[in-house]
Amino acid sequence: MLAQIVITIVQWLVVVMGAPLLVGVIRKTKARLQGRQGAGVLQPYWDLRKLLIKEVVIAENTSWVFRLTPYVAIGTMLLSAFIVPVLTTAAGLPFMGNIILLMYVFLLSTFFLALAGLDAGSSFGGMGSSREMAIAALAEPTVMIAIFAIALRAGTTGLNEMISRAVSDPLLLLNPGHLLAFCSFFIVALAETGRLPVDNPSTDLELTMIHEAMILEYSGRYLALIKWAASIKLFLFLTLLGNIFFPWGVAVTLEPGAVATGVIALVIKLGVLALGLALLETAVAKLRLFRVPELLSGSFMLALLAVISFFFLR
Amino acid sequence: MSSAALVGLLSASLILLAGGAGSALAFARQFDLCRRMAHGLAVCGTVLVLILGFAGLIGNSFELSLPQILPLAGGLALGLDRLSAFFLFLIGVGVIPSTLFAIGYTRHYKQEQASMGCALNIFVASMVLVVLSRHVLTFLVFWETMSLASYFLVMTEKESDETRSAGWLYMVMTHAGLACLLIGFLAMLQATGSSMMHEWAGAEGVDPGVRSVIFLVMAAGFLSKAGAIPFHIWLPRAHPAAPSHVSAMMSGVMIKLGVYGLIRIGFEWLSPGPAWWGILILIVGAVSAVLGVLYALIDADLKRLLAYSSVESIGVILLGVGAGLVFRSYDLGSLAALALMAALYHSLNHAVFKSLLFLGAGSVLHATGTRNIEEMGGLLKRMPQTGAFFLIGSLAISAMPPFNGFISEWLTFQSLLLSFRIPEQIFNLVFALSIAALALTAGLAAACFVRAFGITFLALPRAQRAGRAHEADPAMRIAMGLFALACLAFGVAPVLVLRVLSGAVTGFLGSGPDLSFNWTSVSAAGEFAGIAPLWVALILALLMLAAWRGLRLFGANFNRRYYETWGCGRARQSADFEYTAAAFAHPFKRVFAVLYRPVQETEIEAHPESRYFVKTITYRNESRSIIEDSIYVPIGRTVRRLAARARRVQSGNVHGYLLYILAALLTLLLFAK
Repeated sequence: MLAQIVITIVQWLVVVMGAPLLVGVIRKTKARLQGRQGAGVLQPYWDLRKLLIKEVVIAENTSWVFRLTPYVAIGTMLLSAFIVPVLTTAAGLPFMGNIILLMYVFLLSTFFLALAGLDAGSSFGGMGSSREMAIAALAEPTVMIAIFAIALRAGTTGLNEMISRAVSDPLLLLNPGHLLAFCSFFIVALAETGRLPVDNPSTDLELTMIHEAMILEYSGRYLALIKWAASIKLFLFLTLLGNIFFPWGVAVTLEPGAVATGVIALVIKLGVLALGLALLETAVAKLRLFRVPELLSGSFMLALLAVISFFFLR
Repeated sequence: MSSAALVGLLSASLILLAGGAGSALAFARQFDLCRRMAHGLAVCGTVLVLILGFAGLIGNSFELSLPQILPLAGGLALGLDRLSAFFLFLIGVGVIPSTLFAIGYTRHYKQEQASMGCALNIFVASMVLVVLSRHVLTFLVFWETMSLASYFLVMTEKESDETRSAGWLYMVMTHAGLACLLIGFLAMLQATGSSMMHEWAGAEGVDPGVRSVIFLVMAAGFLSKAGAIPFHIWLPRAHPAAPSHVSAMMSGVMIKLGVYGLIRIGFEWLSPGPAWWGILILIVGAVSAVLGVLYALIDADLKRLLAYSSVESIGVILLGVGAGLVFRSYDLGSLAALALMAALYHSLNHAVFKSLLFLGAGSVLHATGTRNIEEMGGLLKRMPQTGAFFLIGSLAISAMPPFNGFISEWLTFQSLLLSFRIPEQIFNLVFALSIAALALTAGLAAACFVRAFGITFLALPRAQRAGRAHEADPAMRIAMGLFALACLAFGVAPVLVLRVLSGAVTGFLGSGPDLSFNWTSVSAAGEFAGIAPLWVALILALLMLAAWRGLRLFGANFNRRYYETWGCGRARQSADFEYTAAAFAHPFKRVFAVLYRPVQETEIEAHPESRYFVKTITYRNESRSIIEDSIYVPIGRTVRRLAARARRVQSGNVHGYLLYILAALLTLLLFAK
């Protein structure tokens, strides 16, 4: 019992404290791939620190929704960090909800961020909100069908059970449905976390940004909270991709050895996914906004094929 | 509770409602007294209905037959069973706050007060009696009373052309629906030989083909009342035209009685049916959900937007009903019960949050004098409580945890996901597409209500009247507060609903749902899925609080300074630079252009000296309804053509008419022989 509580908290801390590091690693890798020196991998922490000690400037037109939103954004991500199995499937607070709840908690944070985007009354904020909601809405069917495909194989939608059942399946990667579901979930993860080719996280060009336009009016500690929440979201999506589709190494017990393996496995998986993301973001350009639905409907077809393959191969 | 006590409760509530209707007419001249008496008595009567419903849900029932009343129609026959009890409960939950709201809201009505108060009480009483009816003709009489009373309520502001045409369309559609029901009921009478509806159960010995025809006809009748696509066209016109508390009752409660009828035919009268009935309902549900929310997303009329969103919610409910029918036809009793529970839970939730949103829209209409959200903005500062309640309603309808919409949508998702137990590949595929449709609906609904709340309540007022808006009356705020409380309570403690609902569904279907729950958790199909809404809400609140307090530990700077919104170096931010509702919906219009079929026109008038000096820009962007264009416009054209042809019979020539009489007489004699 005690071990379970300790591991739960350790797991949670790994997510919430490690998330900025992951962002730093991706940025550094991208910089190296593009032939730049790049900032150190710890730079996101210094950014957060700097934002925290700066005063907040609030747009005059805003209401309490604007001031509440950063806390909703961080609260939902801190909550999600308890639900996603990171190192082991024997800890965490899995009773709180299954993967569907997790996706709705993510949508809750998007909902408030979009409201805050409208609250300041600038055109940029509204534009960002509108586009962010459009992408979130169009990504939703793919998310659910991908979840359906995974749930069909695992026989459950509970995150811990889903992964612990997959751990014992040696032929996982030979299954076409599994790979199709992975591809579609990967594309959706790009859209949900605002990465290239859907959105550019490092742009300051007003007309091309989506997420950044929505949070344009934020500053100081509010901005720090939102950036931190965004990095946790990225960390959780990559962890989900790694642990659901390549479950090897995830501890199914609380033995110290197993958990240590879990840590190493997590580092390797996140490292590979971060490298993949950096490579992708170096290789592709941002899509025009109205080409994004084509990308998402493509990923929807992949997810649907994953489901169909299950029914026709069973 | 004994059945005499239940009948007493029912009579007392009907007497109160009749008193409400009577006093509205008696005090027709004293507008203030009329308003208070009619709505006050309606509240009291409906509280008794709520108690009656609750008593029925925990297992009480009664049968009542009164052959003296309406003797020609075979007498009045009423009865309370678990399903009726649930809908009585729903009527109570939806109507009580709405009538309370009316006490404050209808203050500015004068001459209309008497007819409105009278029709409202009759409307509520007839809804109660519809769900209690046991005899075919009793049912039809009250069903028609309900339609007529609601028609008069829709026509309250009859001076406006829009209202009159909405009322006319409502009349036509509701009677087309009634015609379908009449055909279906008469066929059932003929086939089963009984006029008591509960004796129809199973409809044994009826030919399968006849059963399917009866199912289709009756389903069309009930779906037209529910407002499902393609029978929805009256709903987005009639609901906005009615006074807001009536819109709340029509959208929140009345359209659910269509669902009630559908559940009766599908799960009782004609049960078990073939799987394709369920698949058909599932498809109607998926189409209604997606198209409903797509139309809601682009509408700038706050109340019409909510009405379209009702079409969407009915679609979500039908997904549950359809899934339940399919499961039942495959003998998956516990899954059928789960799906039906999801549908009923969503019906109750929709009664709560849609009524809340309509009341909120009513308060906004009252304060700003417009329903066009492009003329609103900044209302959260001027109407803080109404705004907060509307936000809660928006979160609930977008199925955001920890509010009630999430629980019922989650249950619907689980029952659709569990469809993999059906051993038929093509149906598995249909279910997979329904899951996608439901997910798309959820995402679009979130976008729709970000737009509805954000444009209406946030940023700066876009018109002067919105800037002068004032907070609503206390009675109106209490009513909205009650609904908001219910949104939260049914969301964090679903056991409140699930306990009575699972008893009711088990009693009605004869098999219990594959669902276990207690105060903190709900889990479907054993290990398949579980949530702990209470914990989610508590931990989320705690974490938000911790983030707020905890920032100090990291040495955060808690100073704040207010300054202008950044506007690319413009001198002063004004409402003209705000993002509009039309702009917000634009990406969706482009992505779903196939369905919206938008018509766009831009006219630029330049100065005669140089085309670079623009004098005026006119921009028009409309979308056409694909359903109306492809179904109703051709029907209308055909009817008009036939009518024109039939008019030739009316020659105006007396000799001609004499000839007709002779012909009619001869035909009659020939057949009578």
